[in-house]
Amino acid sequence: MNKRLFTYMPDPILLFLIGLLLAYGLVVLYSAGGMVLVERQAVRIALGLIGLYLITQIRPERFEQFTPLIFVGSIILLVAVLLIGVKVKGAQRWLDLGITIQPSELCKITLPMMVAWIFRHASLPPSWKHIFAALIVIGLCTGLIYKQPDLGTSILIATSGLFVIYFAGISWKLIGGATLLGLLSTPVIWHFMHEYQKQRVLMFLNPEADPLNYGWNIIQSKIAIGSGGFWGKGWTQGTQTQLDFLPEHSTDFILSVMSEEFGFFGVLMLFTLYLSIILRCLFIAQQAKNTYNRLLCGALTLIFFVYIIINAGMISGVLPVVGVPLPLVSYGGTSVLTLLASFGIITAVHSHKKLIQQ
Amino acid sequence: MGQQLKQPFLERRLFTERVIIAVIIVMIAFLLLLSRYFYLQVISHQDYQIQADQNRIKYSRINPTRGLIYDRNGVLLADNITAYRLNIIQEKTRNLEQNLIDIQSTIQFSAEEIADIKEKLKFNPVFKPLTIKEKLTESEVAMFAVKRHRMAGFEIEPYLIRKYIYPNELSHLIGYVGKISPKEFKAQDVNVYSANDYFGKTGLEKYHENDLHGYPGQLVTEINAQGKQLSQKVKKPPVNGNNLELTIDIALQQSSYQAFGEETGSAITVDIATGEVLAMVSKPGYDTNDFINGISHLKFKALAESADKPLFDRSLKGGYEPGSTIKPYIALAGLYHDIIDKDDTMFSSGVYQIPNQERKYHDWKQGGHGKVDVIDSLTESVNVFFYDLAYRLGIDKIHDFLKPFKFGQLTGIDTAGEKQGILPSREWKEKNRDMIWFPGETVITGIGQGYFVLTPVQMAQALSILASKGRVAAIHLIKNDITVSQLPMNISDSDWNTVHQGMTNVINAPNGTARAIKSDQYLIAGKSGTSQVYGKSEEDIYKKVEELPKHLRNHALFIAFAPADDPQIAVVVVAEHGASGTKAAAPIAKKIIDAYMSQADE
Repeated sequence: MNKRLFTYMPDPILLFLIGLLLAYGLVVLYSAGGMVLVERQAVRIALGLIGLYLITQIRPERFEQFTPLIFVGSIILLVAVLLIGVKVKGAQRWLDLGITIQPSELCKITLPMMVAWIFRHASLPPSWKHIFAALIVIGLCTGLIYKQPDLGTSILIATSGLFVIYFAGISWKLIGGATLLGLLSTPVIWHFMHEYQKQRVLMFLNPEADPLNYGWNIIQSKIAIGSGGFWGKGWTQGTQTQLDFLPEHSTDFILSVMSEEFGFFGVLMLFTLYLSIILRCLFIAQQAKNTYNRLLCGALTLIFFVYIIINAGMISGVLPVVGVPLPLVSYGGTSVLTLLASFGIITAVHSHKKLIQQ
Repeated sequence: MGQQLKQPFLERRLFTERVIIAVIIVMIAFLLLLSRYFYLQVISHQDYQIQADQNRIKYSRINPTRGLIYDRNGVLLADNITAYRLNIIQEKTRNLEQNLIDIQSTIQFSAEEIADIKEKLKFNPVFKPLTIKEKLTESEVAMFAVKRHRMAGFEIEPYLIRKYIYPNELSHLIGYVGKISPKEFKAQDVNVYSANDYFGKTGLEKYHENDLHGYPGQLVTEINAQGKQLSQKVKKPPVNGNNLELTIDIALQQSSYQAFGEETGSAITVDIATGEVLAMVSKPGYDTNDFINGISHLKFKALAESADKPLFDRSLKGGYEPGSTIKPYIALAGLYHDIIDKDDTMFSSGVYQIPNQERKYHDWKQGGHGKVDVIDSLTESVNVFFYDLAYRLGIDKIHDFLKPFKFGQLTGIDTAGEKQGILPSREWKEKNRDMIWFPGETVITGIGQGYFVLTPVQMAQALSILASKGRVAAIHLIKNDITVSQLPMNISDSDWNTVHQGMTNVINAPNGTARAIKSDQYLIAGKSGTSQVYGKSEEDIYKKVEELPKHLRNHALFIAFAPADDPQIAVVVVAEHGASGTKAAAPIAKKIIDAYMSQADE
């Protein structure tokens, strides 16, 4: 048994890149929040890496097999949130089951699994029937999250499902048509949005209009990034961060801290790491042996990419403020655990494929 | 589910195609994002760097200490003393409303003041101290100290305030400072002045404002997003204002002030060799300390409306006819232009008439002085002699001769507010009165009447030139600022000596008009004069002086230098409404000269 455990080593290249990223993140976190936060985050990272290693040991066929069960489980949790969830700041997103969990985070993995499961035996490009089934699953999951309400997450979750459909080979005509439909329905979405959501979008369009309220965060973040210059102000030397002008600098705005203290060079290093991870994961997906594995790995990779873009775009003022952490760098347990779990699935796909080829 | 046949090879190719497109999109997205960061961090770096600094760094002033003012012997005249003011720092207060009521038992505030404070607090940044009361008394400070633990956010701050040590004696000379007015502030460099600064309003304080003020330093305070102070360092120390060392001898200044007794007027004492003003008083003075933090309306009204005009600086601004004190200069002009000779005599009958004119010009002495030469005429102040001499000189020669003595000219004394006065001339009259000059006006010019308007400081400058026989040492108030030149006319020694002799006789000859102030220790040379006060009615003119109301009596003048054989000081005294120069002004001059001489002996 022991011997078998060691047989399934996670992909060393990916593991190395992720390790570098996590270390880089902890260095920045020290500057943003001090040793206490670093220690807590290190514990979560350790747990996450153990999780990643354990998941790597599972044969992908097992995921496939249990997908419907796992998905139904997460839907039940989402419903439970709406019924008995904990209300924080007007939104009901958490479940108190001894430990507080956020079921919508789970869906970032379980929904792509479910959609990939639907396409697992289909001949690709998929037929209308399969696409329709996939859309119903996506709609159900997204709708429950939207009700919490959590617009940002529901859009991200929907996107993760749509990525599976994209990789399944849906025709470009359909993609174009859907995009057009999405744009046309924007006013309708606007109509159904909550006041604070509208505020966020408006503030994104003109942050200077309301500098002490919503826009303040973005203005201070831009000042932090811009004042960092090419080489940065030096580790723990960022005035915007250290003097508290920058809000939430250990969580959503940690990239602003990095930009201020390590400059454009630091940002370039981060993006290089991210890009390398994404390319390695897409390579693994491409090498995967069956449809289910390919679609799941591709979608998990792209959702990781989307998180980066949204966070980095938000703090630099090119995208609206959505409470999205910077993957694997921001302080916070749920995000790092979920992400390392999804990387565990990718490494599992890779490790088991190699063994079979042998 | 899968009725159609799966084609693994084609499906893999389709997936690979999708991956390649995804990679392209990812690359483009990263490039776009990177270009955004490049724009912020490299292209716009400067702007954001400035904004980041503005966020955290606040610059504040360190006030320079105003220069002190000393007399010629190093006696302090204007000091800076520590005063205390009460500030509120809003963010530190715990119970502001209640504290504002409690404070009343220690420091008085009117209901309007309280309302005003509350209004100001609304607009004052919470971390910035707001001054609610200046110049607390010592007992207020002491009583507050007992209560302060219950008054979080109320703080007593020491600051420097001007203190005049001889406020009455030097009120016009030094002047005073007050809070800078918005208009004055606008005219100043904002890097040097703050809206809270004191600013010289009159006298030397005004004239030397920029020198006395100094340059503020800069304090750099780093604050965090909550406005809390994190560190503080002096970036630039302040440059304190320069001290002023005056030519004034405060002991002589005090003696001069006291010499007036109840009289009002001006007295100036000049060191002849250097042009240094040893004393310059305008009586009455007033307490300049009252003006520093804004004088109360009632006090100011009392000063402004007082019949004695304490606010008026007679020395620099008072305009007087020289009367007979002009006679030595007219005599000198006559000798210089060879109109008369030292030994020439004339018969004074007590009345003078211009040839072929009817109008009679009277002497002050009925029946005249008999046969007199120029020295006799100065000794006895013979009007008829000078009527005749002036007429023969003509107004042009008189004007041109008197002008270099600074009569009717700005002397250029180094302080604020000097008035020019009038030296009569043909040109002046045509320009200002739009009339030609009449010969009769030349006649009365000879005894210092008519259009003359001279200031005491001009008289003092002229007298020091006369005493030093043509050496012009510019009159001044700041030590070590000596400029010396010569009169443009080349006047012979014997002419000077003749006039000096006449002036010495005024006091020392048995027939001298001011023989009453003769001293047996040293020789004084001098000349009395009467400056007419106008506004008298027809009948007033014939009344005796004692019957006239004080404000209609003529001004008494006396000019003197001593010792007559080796002149050191020149003294000019104007005793307002003193009626007669010899009776009112000469004794004051004597006291001043005595004070100087007794000091010199020590």
